[in-house]
Amino acid sequence: MQIFFQLVVSGIAVGMIYGVIAFGYQLTFATSKTLNFGQGEALMLGSLVGLTATYLVGYWAMLPIVLAFGMLQGAVVERLGVRQAIKMKSESGWIMATIALGIIFKNLAENIWGRDDLKFPSPLPEEALDVMGVRVQPMEIAIVFGALGLMLAVEVFNRRSIFGKAVVATANDRDAAGLMGINTGAVITFSYALSSMTAAFAGVLIAPITLTGPRLGAVLGLKAFAVAIIGGLNSGFGVIVGGLIIGILEKFTGYYLSTGYSEVPGLILLLLVLSFKPSGLFGKKTIKKV
Amino acid sequence: MAADPIKIGVAGPFTGGSSSMGVSMRDGVRLAIAEINKAGGVMGRQLMAVERDDEARNELGVQIAQELINKEKVVATLGYINTGVALASQRFYQEAEIPVLNNVATGTVITQQFAKERANYVFRNAAPDSIQAPMIVDEAITKRGFKKPAILADSTNYGQLGRDDLEKALAAKGVKAVATEKFNIGDTDMTAQLLRAKEAGADVILTYGIGPELAQIANGQAKLGWKVPLVGSWTLSMATFIDTAGANGSGAMMPQTFVQLPSTPKRAAFIKAYQEATKIDRMPSPVSAAQGYDSVYLLAAAIKQAGGTEGRKIKDALEDLKEKVEGVVTTYDHPFSKTDHEAITANIPVFGEVKDGRVAPARADDLQGDKALRTKPRA
Repeated sequence: MQIFFQLVVSGIAVGMIYGVIAFGYQLTFATSKTLNFGQGEALMLGSLVGLTATYLVGYWAMLPIVLAFGMLQGAVVERLGVRQAIKMKSESGWIMATIALGIIFKNLAENIWGRDDLKFPSPLPEEALDVMGVRVQPMEIAIVFGALGLMLAVEVFNRRSIFGKAVVATANDRDAAGLMGINTGAVITFSYALSSMTAAFAGVLIAPITLTGPRLGAVLGLKAFAVAIIGGLNSGFGVIVGGLIIGILEKFTGYYLSTGYSEVPGLILLLLVLSFKPSGLFGKKTIKKV
Repeated sequence: MAADPIKIGVAGPFTGGSSSMGVSMRDGVRLAIAEINKAGGVMGRQLMAVERDDEARNELGVQIAQELINKEKVVATLGYINTGVALASQRFYQEAEIPVLNNVATGTVITQQFAKERANYVFRNAAPDSIQAPMIVDEAITKRGFKKPAILADSTNYGQLGRDDLEKALAAKGVKAVATEKFNIGDTDMTAQLLRAKEAGADVILTYGIGPELAQIANGQAKLGWKVPLVGSWTLSMATFIDTAGANGSGAMMPQTFVQLPSTPKRAAFIKAYQEATKIDRMPSPVSAAQGYDSVYLLAAAIKQAGGTEGRKIKDALEDLKEKVEGVVTTYDHPFSKTDHEAITANIPVFGEVKDGRVAPARADDLQGDKALRTKPRA
């Protein structure tokens, strides 16, 4: 039983990482029906900028810098890669553009920080805690609560503030929101800024246990994409649950079946969801009017 | 008028995950070339390195091989850190009849790739996996008396070929691994792998992987509060493992052809020269630096004996090297023959151990007295 809980705890920590990145996909999809395929790179840039900033100003002062940088980076992606495609009503232009920008960011990072994996200083002690036989690192707990806190903050902002209401209105019906005088273009830019901000924050959150480096984004960005599909691209709650399902499933398969197959059940689940519930486990069905 | 310099290709990853090995190798090569040139060069001609960064990418390695052969017209190439890059690139040298001296890559198949052809242009002065795996097993099972080994290997060619070698070596001692686990490059959580090994009752972990993931294994062990020794391939000496695992990696053991220790006057001089040239106190990868350094002297001796720079003659000279080459890893007395292209034999490496952020000999007396210099037995 102890092992079962150990696997659950490790699965939750990993799953929450996937979930918070997938949450970023969900933010831009809600307003513009587009995704930033460079989401993994936004996470990677956030953690590398955070690493440099930590050396300059210390860990806690680094956090606002990273959040601001994330917002700026997201806005740049939207302006350069997405806006034109939306204007032209292009179905796929933004896919290529965000992938291309992701590659550019990765190359940029390789030139600035080098291609090696770097150790990220941990703000918390690295000694594991023992909770009734289950061992957990303080940083893993911080990841879970940090990710939940950030997602909660974004949700509250969207529901309570006037800017947030504009975001929700745009998400519900962009044309109607535009007619009500909401600058939907600015709202979409803003949603990209929020999306990259969550990714950048996730980057500094996970880096103390994953290491950081230009390679960090690729694997996590892709996994989170699968999580977003499974959970449902228009459900903030869905991506968290999706992340936890995949995270825990990986650990269970690894332990009870074989570590060589730990990623297979998640992918099978992805295929099943795509076949039987394409809008995701928690997604609302969208009817596309042509 | 001075004669044209002799061009030597140097290929390896100078950026990226395995760059600590590539850069150390390159710096070792530079050091040896500078020394030889200062002493008048080879046959009155200066040596000139043409260095190329393969970024550990197979396709880039192939491009570089073609460039070095056709455009730069190198007489031979030294290098390769990654077995995959070596295997992809070597066939161009084989076709062009230009020798390749692998000074770091360890994949057993590297020197076997063209062994069946009339002439084999691929040589090596690094410890192949086929001798590392038995050494690891011998250390863990015979010398330290562990009974229940678990194998943790990554899913790359390097890890899985190594796992295969480990299983064979264990079988030869009549031992079977209690758990054989796999992980991917980039994996950050080893909980499942470690729990399986722990529940199977493992008393030692044998590893075949590279720095960052090996560090995650050591860190994962600390997290689970389950400390059994790590014994694995030479990559446990990578700076990325030592630095990232920190105290958790202390005590990890691996075969090393060279440790940064002045156990002979030649080694003392080499370490001092390396530190002066690079301004780095701790060599990022001492093994790579030493093997890179030695590979230049082996090649220089072969060119001298061949009396020219024709690839075929250099190959013939390497296969019957008359001069005793005094290197830092060992003294090379007829290191290669027509059928044996491996300069390093199982008696040469010693076990290194991570202590205080450095690799030190696991048993100090391994490198003392007449044991300091270990040479390949004459055939």
